[in-house]
Amino acid sequence: MTALTAVIARDLKLALRQGGGAGIALGFFLTVLVLIPLGIGPDVALLARIAPGTLWIALLLAVLLSADRIFEPDHDDGSLEIMTLGPVPLELIVLAKAAAHWLVTALPMAIAAPFLGLLLNLSPTLFLPLGLAMLLASLALSLLASLVAAVTVGLQRGGLLLSILTLPLYVPALIFGVAASAGGDALSGSRPAALLILLALVLLALVIAPFAGAAALRAHLR
Amino acid sequence: MFFPLPIAYCLLPTAYCLLPIAYCLLPIAYCLLPTAYCPTMELQISDLACIRGGRQVFAGLSLRADGGSLTLLRGANGAGKTSLLRLIAGIAEPDRGRIALLGGDAALTLSQQCHFIGDRDATKLHLTVAENLRFWGAFLDGGDLDRALDSFGLKALANLQAAVLSSGQRRRLALSRLALVARPLWLLDEPTVGLDAASRDRLAALMAAHLATGGIIIAATHVELGLAGIELRLGEALVREVAAQ
Repeated sequence: MTALTAVIARDLKLALRQGGGAGIALGFFLTVLVLIPLGIGPDVALLARIAPGTLWIALLLAVLLSADRIFEPDHDDGSLEIMTLGPVPLELIVLAKAAAHWLVTALPMAIAAPFLGLLLNLSPTLFLPLGLAMLLASLALSLLASLVAAVTVGLQRGGLLLSILTLPLYVPALIFGVAASAGGDALSGSRPAALLILLALVLLALVIAPFAGAAALRAHLR
Repeated sequence: MFFPLPIAYCLLPTAYCLLPIAYCLLPIAYCLLPTAYCPTMELQISDLACIRGGRQVFAGLSLRADGGSLTLLRGANGAGKTSLLRLIAGIAEPDRGRIALLGGDAALTLSQQCHFIGDRDATKLHLTVAENLRFWGAFLDGGDLDRALDSFGLKALANLQAAVLSSGQRRRLALSRLALVARPLWLLDEPTVGLDAASRDRLAALMAAHLATGGIIIAATHVELGLAGIELRLGEALVREVAAQ
């Protein structure tokens, strides 16, 4: 357990240090959400309608920004090799790295999203559902990102490949995330069901990502 | 004058009763010895093969290393010295053959009982020297930070970011892991690269102390460390003794 908390604490510390990249995803998220109303124009009703979907797509893209740094630094400086000599299996290390990525990248964006939604004239009634859905989905996003990051670690231009491989995996989270947070009375009845499916996606990712990620890392270390 | 004798005889059974208790305490005493390992420890490698990129690096490699012995891996570039060390550490899986550490801690895997010092330093440049060591100490289960900082004279640099260290100093930071956490098997891949003469002597002293407590060291190096060891020439499969200098 100390080994896992040590990994998470070290990753948080590194993210906050110079060049660590904490806040970069949040900055990208903010920039995209500032640009979109400028590009679409002052049609308030249209902005309110596209707000949830825009927020979700911006979230997915911003999570990917730092995903290629989940394992790359540890792979490059040899830390990953030493981590295989530790008391915990590689599966749990993948889980710890995903948790650190979530804390640094996805969680701050999920918390900020409803407030940044003000830029898009997001309806106040959607604040809570959107925040809740993003909080849940962000867990799945970080887990899936760490899985694909483990697959693409050590590859030239792995970041691009990572985006292409990860975005299809994000489709279910996007569909049910939007369903859980979209406006309109017709959809409000299905929100609890969509939230439950998001929860199921998180649990599925929680089971698959550590094992698949660890298997990929082992194959790279061979 | 006659008094003490009967009393002494009376006490004898009591003393005998205490004997089993004393024997029970013996294993505990052994556990408390910090770095003394089982003297019968032995690393056994049999019929090991390594294939990289479709090319056979070595095959049929067998090796026995007793506790307290130093094995020096020699061989041309590409002879498989690093590959062999990575196989022993369990970082890579062998294509054929068996590696076992006899007499080690049965509850731990071979990987969990070895130190691997590779060509890369496993150091985070944006953490300080002490933070780097503290992390590996916590990760590798318990660590003696002061001993590690002392081992390669890094105490004065403890609060400096690793990014400002020279490559030799970074090497010393990586090697400090050996003193940080006690593990019986050391696998060293060119440990002297970038080290100055004083640090080389410190490394040799640290290795000698480890061997004296019954540890096993397998080192791939082209530099003479002045330690007695068994030389294993990869690519020629030639084993010969090297005397201490």
